Amino acid sequence: MSDVLISLVKIFVALGWFLVLTLYLTWVERKESAVLQDRIGANRASIFGLRLFGLFQPFADAIKMIFKEDFVPAFGNKVLHTLAPFVSFFFVAVTITAMPFGDDILIGGKTISLQVFDAPVGLLYVLAMLSLGIYGIILSGWASRNRFALLGSVRGAAQLISYEVALGLSLVGLIMVFPSLRMSEIVRFQGGTILGFLPRWGVFLQPVGFALFFVAALAETKRVPFDLPEGESEIIGFFAEYGGLKWGLFMMTDFMEIIVVSALLATLFFGGWQVPWLAADGFHWPWGGHWALARWLVIVLQVLAFQVKVVFFCWLQILIRWTYPRFRYDQLMDLGWKLLVPLGLLNILGTGLIMSL
Amino acid sequence: MGQAFGYLWALIVGAVITTRHFVVNMGFHTLRFFGIKRFRPGAVTIQYPEVRKPLAARHRSVHRLVRRPDGKPRCVACLLCVTVCPSECIFVEAEEDPDPDVQKTAARFEIDLSRCCFCGFCVEACPEDAIRMDTGTIDLAVRSRKDLLYDRDRLLR
Repeated sequence: MSDVLISLVKIFVALGWFLVLTLYLTWVERKESAVLQDRIGANRASIFGLRLFGLFQPFADAIKMIFKEDFVPAFGNKVLHTLAPFVSFFFVAVTITAMPFGDDILIGGKTISLQVFDAPVGLLYVLAMLSLGIYGIILSGWASRNRFALLGSVRGAAQLISYEVALGLSLVGLIMVFPSLRMSEIVRFQGGTILGFLPRWGVFLQPVGFALFFVAALAETKRVPFDLPEGESEIIGFFAEYGGLKWGLFMMTDFMEIIVVSALLATLFFGGWQVPWLAADGFHWPWGGHWALARWLVIVLQVLAFQVKVVFFCWLQILIRWTYPRFRYDQLMDLGWKLLVPLGLLNILGTGLIMSL
Repeated sequence: MGQAFGYLWALIVGAVITTRHFVVNMGFHTLRFFGIKRFRPGAVTIQYPEVRKPLAARHRSVHRLVRRPDGKPRCVACLLCVTVCPSECIFVEAEEDPDPDVQKTAARFEIDLSRCCFCGFCVEACPEDAIRMDTGTIDLAVRSRKDLLYDRDRLLR
């Protein structure tokens, strides 16, 4: 009984964390883009004259979207048209269950892992769920009965499937180095050090894999350098026939994908909740010192470290989105098939050679 | 191969530029938030309704009719402004003025600002310097078109 209760609490906390971060990522996106373009950004939404740098903007947006017309195009398939955003949303939302937020904690003699669902194939589970998100895109384009939307969704599917290959290949090297596909094991493995001072993070073990994964994951989020499925400025994308809250779900899915990619980058390449040189009993400095810390303080530091890493990568992805122009479609395919896939294969070869030495 | 490194270099330069903008602007925003205003603001934005940019000396804003020293409008209803107006938005109806030196004055003087293109030709054409566009009013939005029909009393304000 208590196990079920703990699981429910974990699910609600994880999903709440995910959705609140998603809401505020829309605000961060606006403010960050404004700051790096010398503007101020959304700061007008207020409650009783209280503005707080526009922190209420996501709620204003949500209220606006709720009161918009729920539009289904004539001749469109109403069921699939309604289903598509939920499919997109669902498959991204469930990936958060595999992310380890922190080390195991002991409450009343019970060990509770700060992770909703520690599957033995956690990494593959996340990749599989992210791939299934394509169905939302295909369905939305198909059910709209709009040629431009359908073309957008076909572009999206082609891009996502191409980059799925590069994404998988970039992770093979990592899987060879790490002892398990279980997310908690992956993070625990990154707790040690290499050569006595460098944290044993994935980025130091697999620098090429990290670069490949980062580029492929950016393409998976369908945002600006790779936003051919959507193309909001001139080419028409797969959600051309959507409005109101359904469109809002697609946008939320985009932002949730940023968070999932950030969480994956943090977990796989930057040690997840590991703080450099911090063990369960405190800091062990590489120059030989030792700071003893209380167990609860260590846990708090570790949970905070994961949050900081996720927020940093969200920031970095938004920076990238506001810095680079979009790829042309052939350039996109060239990058995926002619650069990322061969480099991924070479990376696997190199990793194998070094490991067999 | 060299081209590929060129692309990579350009990517890095672009990221450095945007990161620099972010860090510098964020620094100035933070200083300002803590009340240190010795440096430039973090953004070039002017928060319009609260903060207004000073208008240029020759800026053409909403019209006004100029009065004589005795308080009556300077306008002598010569209709030059009506003639020159490219938007045909000025309507003047003349009447006799009791002062023999003035002879004519405007009984009605209306400007339909919903048509006005703010070219300033009426100001140029006026021989009496009776109409000017120097009120400094630039926010004209109203809820009804009738409110954009400025009559003589409103223009004399």
